[in-house]
Amino acid sequence: MTQQEKNYKTIVIGVSAGGLEALSTILPALPQDFSMAVAVVQHMKEDGDNYLPEYLNRKCRLNVLEAKEKYSLKSGSIYIAPPGYHLLIERDFTLSLTVDPPVCYSRPSIDVLFETAADAYGQSLIGVVLTGANIDGSKGLKKIRKKGGLAIVQKPDTAEAQAMPSSAIEIAGADHILPLTGIGPFLKELGRIK
Amino acid sequence: MKNPDKTEQIEIDMLLETIYRQRGYDFRNYARASLERRVRTQMDSFGLKYISELIPYMLYDDATFDSFLRNMSITVTDMFRDPHFFKALRTQVIPNFAALPYIKIWCAGCATGEEVYSLAIILKEVGLYDRCQIYATDYNTNSLDIAKNGQYPLDKMKQFITNYNKAGGNKIFGDYYHARYNFVKLHKGIREKIVFSHHNLVSDSVFGEMNLILCRNVLIYFNQILQNRVFTLFNESLANGGFLCLGTRESLEFSSLEPLYKKELVKQKIFRKK
Repeated sequence: MTQQEKNYKTIVIGVSAGGLEALSTILPALPQDFSMAVAVVQHMKEDGDNYLPEYLNRKCRLNVLEAKEKYSLKSGSIYIAPPGYHLLIERDFTLSLTVDPPVCYSRPSIDVLFETAADAYGQSLIGVVLTGANIDGSKGLKKIRKKGGLAIVQKPDTAEAQAMPSSAIEIAGADHILPLTGIGPFLKELGRIK
Repeated sequence: MKNPDKTEQIEIDMLLETIYRQRGYDFRNYARASLERRVRTQMDSFGLKYISELIPYMLYDDATFDSFLRNMSITVTDMFRDPHFFKALRTQVIPNFAALPYIKIWCAGCATGEEVYSLAIILKEVGLYDRCQIYATDYNTNSLDIAKNGQYPLDKMKQFITNYNKAGGNKIFGDYYHARYNFVKLHKGIREKIVFSHHNLVSDSVFGEMNLILCRNVLIYFNQILQNRVFTLFNESLANGGFLCLGTRESLEFSSLEPLYKKELVKQKIFRKK
């Protein structure tokens, strides 16, 4: 089976410093009839208000909401991890939250989302690592690839902070290294294949 | 062909069954993804290749089992985490207890105690602490020991103080503890009305009638079957008009008990038994 023929079900996105701009570039590119669910970890202060879902919801055609525990992932919806909680995906495709210790100094952690999503979805998962000054996401992306999923990394010289995408490329490798503006259209194409 | 994923699921099921039958701790209805992560971390730290290799330890080796159990429930929190919740507790829940001669409170799944001490400080400041009895319970005896000790790393104080002030604290937070090297120890006056004891929400039962139950960020670790069991336990433990406080990302939404409760404060996840 070639890559283009695979039936991807879900996208997980990890982003840290510079995330607001990166997400505002990528997510509005996804069309109303998008066939996948999207789960996002954006590093942020633990005690902050979660303004992100509402902010992105105004910019996107898809429904953007804060991830709630026990909710089932639905295609065409974008779920944002709440600050101060890890976001995980269960094998029955429902969402879980925990207050486990931070991973890579972060809670939510990208690795935690990516690793559990890889267990749940195997080869029907797409992992995307974007801008950030951290190494979170590298281990998770490696696991996604090991389970047959697709790895996309933002081209580091198009990232506000290069450390995270650079680390992901070094540790996990990538199937596609794309400039920020190329990621949204690429995902849109993948989400069209049925 | 063997499916490695399926094999691992069998191994985890066998491990949990072994722990339950040999040790009496029932993790079978925990939310699986985080439990799997913890099990794998432990497998790696023991230098094992397969999850099933943990099984003999669970059967025969008390020390390893104890350390395994400790690591199954490590969570990280702060005093006055979610300051808006503690502010609401202070200004909108606790005043309801002013006329009671005796106030019984259960802090279920108290972990290392940050939450129950936050509550104690509030009760002290509003002048009701002397009439309170607080039960703080957890199944993790190691966490309970830390909680009982009331001692926290000095470097966490900055966050605690910020939270305390945001939560409507109006005293000098530094008056509640003394510093010892890199730690601070909470004063005895804050600890005196709290009884710490071992209680497992998964298997133990009601032990008293409560006016307030705090159980924040515990139920997120359980599947729906277990969540419902615990909600029933809380319902049987709460006096009429009593308050149930959940974590800010938890809800009664999937519970059959939802109609029995009034959403007293929606954002803070404070429910009141009708």
